[in-house]
Amino acid sequence: MRRAGRLLARRLFGALPVLGLVAIGGFLLLEAAPGDAVDAYLAGIGGGDAAQVAALRAEWGLDGGPLPRLAAYLGALLRLDLGWSTAFERPVLAVVLERLPNTLLLMGMATLLALSLGSLLGIVCGARPGSPRDRALSLAAIAIYAMPGFWLGLVLIVGFSVRLRWLPSGGIETVASGLAGWDRAADIARHLVLPVASLGLVYMALYLRLMRDGMAELWRQDFVRAARARGMAGPRLVLRHVARNALLPVVTMLGLQSAAMLGGSVVIESVFAIPGLGRLAAEAVARRDTPLLLGVMLLSAVVVILVNLAVDLAYALLDPRVGSGTGG
Amino acid sequence: MRVLRRILASGEGFSGLAMLAVLLAVALAAPLLAPGDPLAIAGDPLLPPLQDMAHPLGTDRLGRDVLAALLHGARTTLLVAIGAAAAALGIGITVGTVAGFLGGWVDEVLMRIAEAFQTVPAFLLTLALISVTGPRVTTIVLGIAIGAWMQPARITRAEILSLRERDFVAAARVIGMRPLEIAFREVLPNALTPVVSLAAVVVAAAVLIEAALSFLGFGDPNRVTWGSMIAEGRTVLRRAPYLSIIPGIALVLTVLAVHLAGRGVAHALRSRRVVA
Repeated sequence: MRRAGRLLARRLFGALPVLGLVAIGGFLLLEAAPGDAVDAYLAGIGGGDAAQVAALRAEWGLDGGPLPRLAAYLGALLRLDLGWSTAFERPVLAVVLERLPNTLLLMGMATLLALSLGSLLGIVCGARPGSPRDRALSLAAIAIYAMPGFWLGLVLIVGFSVRLRWLPSGGIETVASGLAGWDRAADIARHLVLPVASLGLVYMALYLRLMRDGMAELWRQDFVRAARARGMAGPRLVLRHVARNALLPVVTMLGLQSAAMLGGSVVIESVFAIPGLGRLAAEAVARRDTPLLLGVMLLSAVVVILVNLAVDLAYALLDPRVGSGTGG
Repeated sequence: MRVLRRILASGEGFSGLAMLAVLLAVALAAPLLAPGDPLAIAGDPLLPPLQDMAHPLGTDRLGRDVLAALLHGARTTLLVAIGAAAAALGIGITVGTVAGFLGGWVDEVLMRIAEAFQTVPAFLLTLALISVTGPRVTTIVLGIAIGAWMQPARITRAEILSLRERDFVAAARVIGMRPLEIAFREVLPNALTPVVSLAAVVVAAAVLIEAALSFLGFGDPNRVTWGSMIAEGRTVLRRAPYLSIIPGIALVLTVLAVHLAGRGVAHALRSRRVVA
């Protein structure tokens, strides 16, 4: 536990310069976009006279050169002031935090689907590499991995919403349904089936391949041969010696892919009309709201850092060389 | 040539390269196969596929020929994907070589910057650049490259690090070559193999990002793309699902071909290394 705590502290500290660089990148983007925060704010409240504009610029630290402006921007970020959204006419922080839970739910479910189904089918393939079952599943995985998520989403809508009428084609829950408690949770779950599948199946295919290739490699390793020589066979050998070690690269990939998955949620949320962070990014671009887009980017960076932190901790628990494990 | 023969010898490599060759031929011949503007109205609207042989894949909501759009869309897809991959590999290889060879604080700063770029979803980076510069092919290519140069940079750096203490580098120093000259003319050519294997992954990702961008309406409005065709078809998804499904199949086959060819190339290069 002490070691986990130290790891946590070191990683959090190491993330600070990265976050700082992301913020500086965001500042450069703001500088490149036409107009500044005062222009945006005045456009929102319907304009103001020259004296008022100058006073606002001085107050927000926007009247100096690039360096004082950068300092003012970073200072504001430290106070959790992400600026003003012109599209929503509200503070950026309030808008992005409101949309965050839906995206986290979508991402969490998609990760769960990808990880469980991907490693399960990967074990089925990797238990006997080269078998007909392995070839068929691997081929299917390659095909799924080549699919754009948004297109898969549309195909699923055509199949399950339009033709079969089993599942809703958009939204996060039934509007004004008056549902509460478990009924509402079930309603949200029904709405999430198709978007989660569209986002998660691509990663399922990726994890399947990783798991399968890892296991195929591990069968040739000495410790597996030794276990076999000791008479170990069947599920015990496959699961405890081979699959457990093949799971490590999958877990590593999980962290690396969290940023890509957030990016994928931009399109998936747009397809399924889910009011989340991703669709907010698309709206921000369409409505030329740079501060809002930056807010989404910064919050995404924080989410990615936290997910990777969680993955590091999980890794420490899983790796037989770190834990009290039996493998290795 | 030996490498090419080895790529073609593997089933994956052969089928991947064959599909890519067909795609390239189609893209180059699109103005001959489907003359005229693919965005022009060609017949009755919402004609289903395989009914009228003048429009074998049918027509869209406005009566534009689907096959013509598909053929011309291949041009945009290939142009953007290859351009973006070349730019991403160019930036990545340069950064990775400089960081790996010079080391010290240069390495530290460059790798921190790469880490920061990797922390923000690549798709958001691309969106951000396009929102500031406007949707044109050049900015889309650059936008995709901005979100994809980090992995090539890391792999190049790792490879350079493993090479820079070799004797031939010391020899180049002795004859008085400057550090960056050594890095790019002596070390880099020996470090390229794993980066070349990564090219397929970058191209495939670029195809998918371009498709997603134009699907969301952030593509170049003056060009047909498969993504914009899917978006266009989505408005009549219930009545004419084929309008969204057909260009999607083209996308899947393209990405599949790139993956298969990439696996074939990686395999061929790996077996060459074992021999060498």
